Amino acid sequence: MDFDLSDEHELLRTTVRAFAQERIAPVAEELDREHRFPYELVAELAELGLMGIPIPEEYGGAGGDTLSYAIAIEELTRVDSSVAITVAAHTSLGTMPFLLFGSEEQKREWLPELASGRRLAAFGLTEPGAGSDAGATRTHAELRDGEWIVNGSKIFITNAGTDISACVTITARTGDDEISNLIVRNGSPGYEISTPMRKMGWRASDTRELSFRDCAVPEGNLLGPRGAGFKQFLEILDGGRISVAAMGLGLAQGAYDLALAYSREREQFGRPIARFQAIQFALADMATEIEAARGLVYKAAWLKDQVRPFARESAIAKLYTGEVSKRVVDRALQIHGGYGFMDEYAISRLYRDQKVLEIGEGTNEIQRMVIARHLGL
Amino acid sequence: MRLAVCVKEVPEASARTRIDPGTLRLDRGGAATLNPFDAHALEEALRIKERTGEGEVVAVMMAPLPAADSLRKALAIGADRAVHVADDALAGSDLVATARTLAKAVEREEPDLILLGQQGGDSDGAVLWSALADLLRLPVVSQAASLELAEGKVAVKRQTEYGYDLIEAPLPCIVAVSDAINEPRYPSLKGIMGAKKKPHETLNAADLGLGADEIGEAGSRTEVYALADPPSRGDSVRIEGDGAAAEKVVEYLTERKLI
Repeated sequence: MDFDLSDEHELLRTTVRAFAQERIAPVAEELDREHRFPYELVAELAELGLMGIPIPEEYGGAGGDTLSYAIAIEELTRVDSSVAITVAAHTSLGTMPFLLFGSEEQKREWLPELASGRRLAAFGLTEPGAGSDAGATRTHAELRDGEWIVNGSKIFITNAGTDISACVTITARTGDDEISNLIVRNGSPGYEISTPMRKMGWRASDTRELSFRDCAVPEGNLLGPRGAGFKQFLEILDGGRISVAAMGLGLAQGAYDLALAYSREREQFGRPIARFQAIQFALADMATEIEAARGLVYKAAWLKDQVRPFARESAIAKLYTGEVSKRVVDRALQIHGGYGFMDEYAISRLYRDQKVLEIGEGTNEIQRMVIARHLGL
Repeated sequence: MRLAVCVKEVPEASARTRIDPGTLRLDRGGAATLNPFDAHALEEALRIKERTGEGEVVAVMMAPLPAADSLRKALAIGADRAVHVADDALAGSDLVATARTLAKAVEREEPDLILLGQQGGDSDGAVLWSALADLLRLPVVSQAASLELAEGKVAVKRQTEYGYDLIEAPLPCIVAVSDAINEPRYPSLKGIMGAKKKPHETLNAADLGLGADEIGEAGSRTEVYALADPPSRGDSVRIEGDGAAAEKVVEYLTERKLI
């Protein structure tokens, strides 16, 4: 058993940490306040190969492993969740379907642009009436004269409407009891993208409602076999959970870092509050839970890298980090006292950014269902 | 074009630096990083290579073995090769002994241009490049804010208090770059993953033909007798932020005719 990260993983961590602190931290508050998508940062991340970490080099990616990907997402979230979810949704949800299920032709057509980060991809699963019950998808597609005619709508879709968004892969009903995945190119007639949704957190990330009205999609844009959509999106979500778990870990670590630094600076009753046992115990509990969370996230990533089953562990990691990040960010803000309630302190942004980690890509409740199923229940 | 870049490892800026009371040397046990000043020298070497479309960048370091991490970072950023001089006998080398060692290591590479950061982020010495130039009998230009190569010469804009000196020197030569010369890049993920495959040579003092009396404390010309905190300034005034602090600061400065 070996808990040491490789030299490469360590260097990746220090690199992404430096990038996040030097490039993202100075603008995070402003991007959040102005709900502004971080185009410049995405371009810089692309330059570093971080927009396609687990995509093989032959398709324009960096050819990294899942652990590298998790570490990068962790370090980004430590500083800013909006940037992290932009990378994570693009990679796990937007790009992965092409790698996992695309034909060689589809991979060649789409992956180089996506994995290099020149363009972004989105995944359209959730609908107004189909959230946790994703199988209740009502968007439907009918094959007519060599084209899929798509009608329906999607909601809460990340990265669908940026200036560099290339496409969205949607789940659509292609028969009575049949769901398939279709690639819809941005700009397709009949495909409309709403204005950005206004959110409690992740405000610099791009979140949209999508509507399809007799939107014609080439027959060849079917991803994998017809009717495989349900199985495919479950597989995509299994992998995506590792990156959202890495976000929970990173957010908790970031909140803890802020609280630790603040507790050393802030003086009350004539000494730094870090000298009070109440604060020390809170920080000790936070550090303990973060350590446990890191173990779960890295193990899930490691299992995936070993090409072994990881769905149970990724659900466990997602559930645990979702809940740990909530407890940690809450205590971290409490340690900041009144200042923590002010927008100018980063902890207030982390607090708002945390909640969705217990909802997106499978709620805590859905994670428990997945875990229970793995327990044979 | 062969470009040698001398790099070192320094304690991380955020780490608390500590002097070992026994050896009176800097404790290098904590978190360490590639000297930020050297990152500018490496960046400049990479840009020269990219501009000319040919050449080789070799990073040269004298440091204990664990510092190989920083050398690997130099490879991840883009250096083609690394030369690491590591030897227990080098411990305690002062500037003279360090320059002697680096001179030997650099000489082997027969570089056209030797680049250094202007100073070490730990001791802020800012003299190693001149010692190296003396030993190698090469021209040296310091505080380079920009650098151009043409026809066997290097043209350097040297930053001064009053503006710039324009200095030309024949190759081979040594240039110590200022931190204003460029903005160093981050290593890319591909660079990180490819670093291990690049040549990374480790040499000891004997490999460089250095005798025991030339390195370490024996080869040093300076000796640290004692270290002490700087004396505190007794005349400092503390103004608390009680709402009227700004006025008090103004009053204080006005009284002394400072504003």
